[in-house]
Amino acid sequence: MTNPFTELLAEKGALLADGATGTNLFNMGLMSGDAPEFWNTDEPKKIIALYKGAVDAGSDLFLTNSFGANASRLKLHDAAKRAHELSRVAAEIGREVADTAGRKVIVAGSVGPTGEIMEPVGSLSHALAVEMFHETADGLKAGGADIGWLETISAPEEYRAAAEGFALAGLDWVGTMSFDTAGRTMMGLTSEGMVEMVHDLDNAPLAFGANCGTGASDLLRTILGMAAKEEGRLPIVAKGNAGIPKYVDGHIHYDGTPELMADYAVMARNCGASVIGGCCGTMPSHLEKMREALDTRAKGSAPELDEIVAALGPFSSAGDGTGDDQAPERRSRRGRRRG
Amino acid sequence: MSDEDEIILSELDDEELVQQMFDDLYDGLKEEIEEGVNILLERKWEPYDILTKALVGGMTIVGADFRDGILFVPEVLLAANAMKGGMAILKPLLAETGAPRVGKMVIGTVKGDIHDIGKNLVGMMMEGAGFEVVDLGINNPVENYLEAMETEGPDILGMSALLTTTMPYMKVVIDTMVEQGIRDDYIVLVGGAPLNEEFGKAIGADAYCRDAAVAVETAKEWMARKHNSVKSA
Repeated sequence: MTNPFTELLAEKGALLADGATGTNLFNMGLMSGDAPEFWNTDEPKKIIALYKGAVDAGSDLFLTNSFGANASRLKLHDAAKRAHELSRVAAEIGREVADTAGRKVIVAGSVGPTGEIMEPVGSLSHALAVEMFHETADGLKAGGADIGWLETISAPEEYRAAAEGFALAGLDWVGTMSFDTAGRTMMGLTSEGMVEMVHDLDNAPLAFGANCGTGASDLLRTILGMAAKEEGRLPIVAKGNAGIPKYVDGHIHYDGTPELMADYAVMARNCGASVIGGCCGTMPSHLEKMREALDTRAKGSAPELDEIVAALGPFSSAGDGTGDDQAPERRSRRGRRRG
Repeated sequence: MSDEDEIILSELDDEELVQQMFDDLYDGLKEEIEEGVNILLERKWEPYDILTKALVGGMTIVGADFRDGILFVPEVLLAANAMKGGMAILKPLLAETGAPRVGKMVIGTVKGDIHDIGKNLVGMMMEGAGFEVVDLGINNPVENYLEAMETEGPDILGMSALLTTTMPYMKVVIDTMVEQGIRDDYIVLVGGAPLNEEFGKAIGADAYCRDAAVAVETAKEWMARKHNSVKSA
């Protein structure tokens, strides 16, 4: 099955994705607490500027402003019923920017988490989650997105539900998770565990990987873990934050410079990722340097962990639960009550 | 011991039963915890002792393994839910017997931020440690915190932010407390994925807590300091 995303990836070998959505929009005046998706209809010029920022910096692919455009998130803004509409408009604006870019650019319809914890631990049912993802995916497809782009997921159950939602909408997709807790997702999934889950899906993604999390170093360790387990079957996506947020003079500033993100991009490719971008804090100025680095520096061998630390800074945790670093064992029960 | 061994809680002596309740909390078995609490009550344990020795003791193990990356959010939520089952039985009895208060916390996600998974987790773990928790929910302007501090009289104020754009609002709350001269009446703890210790210090919080387990440890530590300073005053 061909898709503009897989075609462009095959053609170019590696793709530069985009950077931050939130950080850029806040710089354009979005107030914290407001739903960024409302700007798709209220401030479309700013959304065009957001997309263009990535395209003009050299991105081959950008994500639409629809991260929170699902019924569960929009409910918090009394707009649960606008999930389809806001997703569709996000993709429509993206389509227009991509089609006038003068080169092939992929419109990836962003799909973020529901923000709820799924059954049996939480209260969100599988059926309802699928329904919400289906609705968002339908909207993105109607707006002309080339692919759906699931991101920042923590729970394997939610990733599975999204896979079903994309299948129902008939939209090809890519899906990344966030590994921010001792090298795992908040729900405890390791990078290896994600690979196993991805290959267990009926509707497998076109590519998978990691986004956000705790910093560029941790993200690359996650990519290494995935690449070791994946062995080249599917393309791997790396979208790391531009360093760590710091509080400077009343504002939040990410400490990752464009030069550092350029090094990160090259290292990500060496780690085995073929779709490389940024996440929080990554601005067009970072993307330009990443583009330049990917185009001018040769692909090398995968870095050792200490090389990643030397280039990008320390890891947030000693291990990540893969390879030789198996987590300490759970407390063993003294006996069972129910045989 | 083989897997098929059936343990009858009521046949265990006190010490073994408490150990078994540690296991049951760890595995999130709510009914077993409720049964254990009822058995200890029948054996004339003080409700406060059941809370601190059996429940809080068990949750301390859960908290330590969560901190160390052995347990993750799903397991902790199940354990907290089991703990809650036991607490529901104990709560009225604790009030009746005038048991000492571990501490009280008002917690909420700051204005502009609608994320609540981390905040909920901290709330549950704090309850698991025996604290009374008043949850203000998401998107709280400074007025909500001030009002809750006045009406609830907590020892601790906890604030959470998951967005880099909402983090600075924590400073607005703390600055307002300073202006009103009430800052030092409370222990202020902050947390959230993008925060770090440096940030906590920069905005004038007492401590930054990396995760829910650290929040509990930090809260206990500051409560102990508070008691000591009250004694020496």
